[in-house]
Amino acid sequence: MLYINCPHCGMRSQNEFSYGGDASVKRPELNKEVSDQEWDDFVYNRKSLRGKHLELWQHISGCRQWIKVERDTATHEIFRTFKADEEVA
Amino acid sequence: MTQAFRIGNGGLVNRDKKLSFKFNGKTYFGYEGDTLASALLANGVHLVGRSFKYHRPRGFFGAGVDEPYAIVQLYRNGETEPNIKATEQELFEGLEAKSVNCWPSVNFDIGAINNFLKIFLPAGFYYKTFMWPKSFWYRLYEPFIRKAAGLGVASTKHDNERYEHKYEYCDLLIAGSGPSGLSSAYAAAKNGARVILAEDKPRFGGSLLTSDVNIGNQSGKDWADGIIAELKTMPNVVVKNRSQIFGYYDHNMLVMSEKVSDHLPKTKKYHPNKRLWYIRAKEVLISSGSIERPIVFGNNDTPGVMLSSAAKEYLKVYGVLVGKNPLIFTNNDSGYETAIEFKKHGVDPIVLDSRKHSTSEIIDEAKNLGINIKNSYVVVAAQGYKKVKSAEIASISDDKKQLGKIESINCDCICVSGFWTPTIHLASQSGNKTEFKEEIDAFIPGQSKQNETTLGAANGVFSLEETLKTSFATGSELSKKITENDNEIAIPNVVEKKSSQHDKFWCVPLPKGKNYKRFLDFQNDVAVSDVEIALREGYRSIEHVKRYTTLGMATDQGKTSNLNGLQLVSEIENKVVPAVGHTTFRPPYTPVSIGAIVGREVGKHSKPTRKSPMHLWHKKNNAVFVDAGVWLRPRYYKKGNETLFEASKREAKNVRNNVGVCDVTTLGKIDVKGPDAAELLNRVYTNAWLKLPVGKARYGVMLREDGIVMDDGTTTRISENHYHMTTTTAQAANVLSHLEYYLQLVWPELDVNVVSTTEQWAGAAIAGPKSRDLLQKLFPNSDVSNDGLPFMGYMEGNLFGIKAKIFRISFSGELAYEVNVESDHGNFMWEKIIEVGKEFNIQPYGTEALSTLRIEMGHVAGSELDGRTIPYDNALEGLVSKKKDFIGKRSLQRSAFTAENRQRIVGVVPLDKQTSIPEGSHLVKDDKAPLPNPKLGHISASCWSVEYDNPFSLAILKDGKNMIGQKLFAMSPLKNKVIPVEIVSSHYVDPKGERVRS
Ligand SMILES: [Zn+2]
Repeated sequence: MLYINCPHCGMRSQNEFSYGGDASVKRPELNKEVSDQEWDDFVYNRKSLRGKHLELWQHISGCRQWIKVERDTATHEIFRTFKADEEVA
Repeated sequence: MTQAFRIGNGGLVNRDKKLSFKFNGKTYFGYEGDTLASALLANGVHLVGRSFKYHRPRGFFGAGVDEPYAIVQLYRNGETEPNIKATEQELFEGLEAKSVNCWPSVNFDIGAINNFLKIFLPAGFYYKTFMWPKSFWYRLYEPFIRKAAGLGVASTKHDNERYEHKYEYCDLLIAGSGPSGLSSAYAAAKNGARVILAEDKPRFGGSLLTSDVNIGNQSGKDWADGIIAELKTMPNVVVKNRSQIFGYYDHNMLVMSEKVSDHLPKTKKYHPNKRLWYIRAKEVLISSGSIERPIVFGNNDTPGVMLSSAAKEYLKVYGVLVGKNPLIFTNNDSGYETAIEFKKHGVDPIVLDSRKHSTSEIIDEAKNLGINIKNSYVVVAAQGYKKVKSAEIASISDDKKQLGKIESINCDCICVSGFWTPTIHLASQSGNKTEFKEEIDAFIPGQSKQNETTLGAANGVFSLEETLKTSFATGSELSKKITENDNEIAIPNVVEKKSSQHDKFWCVPLPKGKNYKRFLDFQNDVAVSDVEIALREGYRSIEHVKRYTTLGMATDQGKTSNLNGLQLVSEIENKVVPAVGHTTFRPPYTPVSIGAIVGREVGKHSKPTRKSPMHLWHKKNNAVFVDAGVWLRPRYYKKGNETLFEASKREAKNVRNNVGVCDVTTLGKIDVKGPDAAELLNRVYTNAWLKLPVGKARYGVMLREDGIVMDDGTTTRISENHYHMTTTTAQAANVLSHLEYYLQLVWPELDVNVVSTTEQWAGAAIAGPKSRDLLQKLFPNSDVSNDGLPFMGYMEGNLFGIKAKIFRISFSGELAYEVNVESDHGNFMWEKIIEVGKEFNIQPYGTEALSTLRIEMGHVAGSELDGRTIPYDNALEGLVSKKKDFIGKRSLQRSAFTAENRQRIVGVVPLDKQTSIPEGSHLVKDDKAPLPNPKLGHISASCWSVEYDNPFSLAILKDGKNMIGQKLFAMSPLKNKVIPVEIVSSHYVDPKGERVRS
């Protein structure tokens, strides 16, 4: 079970969180013309990386904030966590 | 029965407390503090079971967790438990156990014929023989294997024991209470660190209980007792015996199984049988010690052959002699320690040492005691079938390849020591890359991956003095980093006997003309010859050899067999052991009860149960409940001998004719507040929301980004910046997360707050032609006329002094209202509605009638919004705005979603107007078409239409729009039904929707 540092609450066990997928995906702006390819990339296509991966988690049984977690998908090491509005350098 | 093999005094058992127990139906006696194994051995019982494959007689090999064979079926309190190690099971009054793996009995076992057919059962036998033809597998092979093999029988009854889970955090978690565990725990505790010390055995002390050492002028055991006593008084320390840490998981989380009641005849009231601890530790110290390695020789599985350390433990801890004429076979000094213990208790052992010369303090002591020692001697084979009667022994050449003349020697047990294997399982589970240590012929932990340190024998350090020194230092350093305390502790003076170098010898060659089985893995019956076959057949990777031969794959996970298996492969392959590498260690280290893993999450407790504030009223009024997600909802209210069908028909009819009331508390409710609330709703729902006036409700559909319908419900504008959103019962939590996702991540610029209010409001739906008359009586001061409160209107009202929210919305398709009050007043509201409604013939209705009402109206619910349908499929395309953008809109342009013959909701009526159509039935054109018969659609929901008094169903049908009037077949192979049907409109009743507006 992972141990995740919620930027709002501190270290919490994985069972308080729910997984939200790739955090690098950006939703196309509303009312903007979007090609089929762009839309498919947003809705379906994911890299499914082995290694360092920026992903979303929601602290569902805690502060209910969505957070970004930089995690190695092979070793499960967590490098950093960010608030939803924090820029990832 | 007398305990003929119990010595006069000594041992740590409580001789004042005699316990009776039964093994294979026979009554024996033992003492409090015995294990089942030690008590049986005290009674001279060595035959405990039959082996897995060949059904050879098997006895005891170890004295604890490493035991490969002594597995029994335990009976306690009318319950039974399989896969119990007799060496771990503590004795209690009335214990009952039976042998496994034998039929009809342990003394006469039919499967033992396999032993004589063993030429047919080599490695890979199962793979090769039981492959073809496939049909034979189920009829012949599997039943045969199941009857002949297996390690006991799982109970088919409900397990009445209670199991608990516990979460714990600590600075240092220490696995094992031997010398390294005790000293590191003590040092860390003295620095104020929060320490958990776990010991799998009932007694603390590990090797100190059996070794002849002196620490700080006390015996090892007294020193251990003193440390434990002091640790127990410290508030920052938890010491746990009978607690096995069996898994090392990510981010320093370890799981421990504590046997709370295992040693008792019956679990105490309110106590669990076992407790599973999830422990998150800042630092983990692995002090799990080492396990003695066997030396492989002929018939080395005969009962009476056991590890020399086990023989010593039975003697020193339990006061039991495993034999009165022992032969000790060793390649190192440990065998001598056992011999010395025998001699001290008046028994004369013979020691066979594979080494040509060896001198040490221990050997000198043995010599001084007059023990018969034969150097360059080995056991070639054990003799005896159900018990060792003698041994064939021989001298061995210096290169260990040639045996001298075979001699026979009488003995009743053979105690074997092939040196020690560090227990690296936990370190390996944590991701530690282990390394091979040449001096001890074994793997030890290498570079740590997580915050873990391995100490003492588990790290390949067998000197007590060195172990204490490093363990005190490690405990002190690690705790200092956490607590910033640095209390100096004096390391006690140690007196131990020095040992000499062991011999790398591990396997006795076969004498000419003899074909003795030499076992590596005792539990899975894997012999030297099996590994030889696997290699001959081309298996090279140790992982493949393991799977082909099943070496190390039994429940003991090869604790005593792994290294000898590797030695063998390395010899045949002419590679060094580290090049062969070991197989992966995976949790659990020892078998864990499924009950302990499940914990309290059993039956109704597997999920929380949510009840509405009106639950008790429903119960008192004969409600039959149904699970709706985690909620309990009334399905129908039973009158007399009514069936579900009769009751739901009555309830639904009463809604159509008079008025009914339904508990709708379970609907998800979300408060949406803020200046941008309307904008959020406009983006979330498919229809337009910006112009909804205050005091009005609107039905909305929300999509996922892939265009699939996520949920539907009504949302009401309570005030300028405040909306009351409702969701379906099932999707409430998902919708809240969905809104939070967009507000926090996608559109943080929107000034909106969302919060779940599901539990804050109790809801009652009042539906039927007489509902307005009833409402007027409930709210005499409010104008609830069609003008005062029109369809989709909202107002606040005063319900006999209680503030209420009144929504004119309808799921049943009748004139209907929903009244919400704060949850605390829910029952008051409900009782008032029933009381005042009497004159209108009100009846409560459950989910079954609710379904009937919505189905015949063609209103969609979860069975249509099933995660596979878009708005069009549900005839909801009228709610999809063409003007504005919203979540999922772009996906609706996908070609599959705009296809001409797209699936769509329809109504289905059986031609005979009699036969109900099972939900899930497929709609097909031709009921006689060959399989697979092309499916045109499926029945999503069925009811008995109370309006027309015949069956009616909804279906999602391909090209549904153009299928109205067609005749098809509904097929349900599960229910064995083929029903001719006609496709009709999904709006079966009141297609124009006049009633809700009346
Ligand atoms: Zn949080």
